Amino acid sequence: MSEPILTLVDVAVAFDALRAVDGVSLTVPRGQRRAIIGPNGAGKTTLFNAIAGAVPPTSGKILFDAREITRLPPHRRAQLGISRTFQITNLFPTLSVRDNMVLALRGLSPRKFSLFGKPDTDEAEAPRIAAALDAARIGGRADAIVKEMSYGEQRQLEIAIALVTRPTMLLLDEPAAGLSPAERSMVAEIIRSLDRDITVVLIEHDMDLALGLVDYVTCMFEGRVLVEEPPEAIRRNAKVQEVYLGKPRHA
Amino acid sequence: MTGRAALIAIIVVAAAASLPLVLSSYQVGLATEVLIFGILAMSIDILAGFAGRTSLGHGAIFGVSTYVVVYATAQAGLPPAAAFAAGVLAATLVAMIFGLLAVRTSGSYFLLLTLALGMIVWGICLRWTQITGGENGIRGDVRPAALLNNNSFYWTVLAGTAIVTFAVWRFVRSPFGLTLRGIRDSESRMRSLGYNVPLHLFIGFTASGFFAGIAGALYAMFNNFVSPSTVALAQSVEGVLMMVAGGVGTLFGAFVGAAAIIALENVVSTYTERWQMVLGVTFIVIMIFAPEGIIGKLNAILMRKTR
Repeated sequence: MSEPILTLVDVAVAFDALRAVDGVSLTVPRGQRRAIIGPNGAGKTTLFNAIAGAVPPTSGKILFDAREITRLPPHRRAQLGISRTFQITNLFPTLSVRDNMVLALRGLSPRKFSLFGKPDTDEAEAPRIAAALDAARIGGRADAIVKEMSYGEQRQLEIAIALVTRPTMLLLDEPAAGLSPAERSMVAEIIRSLDRDITVVLIEHDMDLALGLVDYVTCMFEGRVLVEEPPEAIRRNAKVQEVYLGKPRHA
Repeated sequence: MTGRAALIAIIVVAAAASLPLVLSSYQVGLATEVLIFGILAMSIDILAGFAGRTSLGHGAIFGVSTYVVVYATAQAGLPPAAAFAAGVLAATLVAMIFGLLAVRTSGSYFLLLTLALGMIVWGICLRWTQITGGENGIRGDVRPAALLNNNSFYWTVLAGTAIVTFAVWRFVRSPFGLTLRGIRDSESRMRSLGYNVPLHLFIGFTASGFFAGIAGALYAMFNNFVSPSTVALAQSVEGVLMMVAGGVGTLFGAFVGAAAIIALENVVSTYTERWQMVLGVTFIVIMIFAPEGIIGKLNAILMRKTR
């Protein structure tokens, strides 16, 4: 097993009395594709937000690339190479696809502070934007206005934005939420063809989709880690079936 | 800038420059006022149209510059250029203070916070009588002797306006300007992309205050007088209304809105003392039939024709 890129030590997130995440410890090795699954209310999204920095943990530690990031705000985590997508599409709707990509790219470059500079992309930026759009299969849509695109295309742009910064770790929050079966397999194909150097952590409600994409699975239940196993084992795991489907009433 | 845009800009400036040939001296004064308030409305549009935050404190920022310029010439005896620079600097500093406090808010909180900050400035100008002259204000011969003639002052303001407008246009289209539009569309996404959102809003607010300060300094030279009504809430509201009438996010609409409102005020007030009521009705009509503003509406009509 290669060195760990992401380590959680006894992480808890409480909202008043509700402990949405209740002492989760896990380790993701560099380059692994990891799914976090679990039934509704298991604490997947809260855990995800703790890793991305949107919700700070109440207790515990989060380490990324051997650096403690527990209390870092989201924009500092982005600077360290963590990139995320949103479950509810979160784009710049009135801007063009290209401007969305430019904003994604310049978040980490000093050029964002150019107060009177030319708006055009330079020769280093243009190919990276084109490559990320191609990777998300929307290469021909650079001039479209985001709010005029289909929902499926917006989900693809969501991934393209997360990719263009060349992240070390990509966090995908239900990348296929709300898509048609055809669009889901397209998104699965996009994730499958990502560069193997990128560590991917994804949350997915749809077990079949998630299990087909990853190397290792963490199943959560009631704020805790229930089991951690490779996808084939998860499929046969009785405890996982139980939390998803309820206890069998008769044998 | 594309060739066509440059050509339009040259035609507009040339047409504006030839106005004194056909207008009376009084009307040239009104045209000067349109340019000055157009800059104020445009500075508000930087925040409202591009960062999605409407400020009700820009009248105060504008007025601080006017106060400083009048005080610096009449009481401190500074030469006009130095007084002008001092006014713009003071407005920029006030905008930085406003910005520090306001950038973590949005929506109605931003509106109310900037309104409250503006009221504080108004209160200070009203009460600090040794410096500001209280309700009586300060009078002074601010305008340099070479510009006493109405026409030459108008041309000077027009040249200044052209430069400022070009600067603002470059500013909102710059890589930094794009980050403001990104913040307008989605703050959370901007944060997750590595942007320090409050810092960007602070820079945007400061730049916007700098431009409002230029308008305020020009106003000092135009009016040779300043009183608390220059920093009052009504001033901020008027700036916002001009921007809205012209079209939020259109930038140049600010001048159309300023022209429409100043013309309306002056034309209607010759017929009736209730001109403010007519202004109010005009606003309601614009909000119902052209909420995108005059320039916004024209753009939409042109787009439909070309499609």
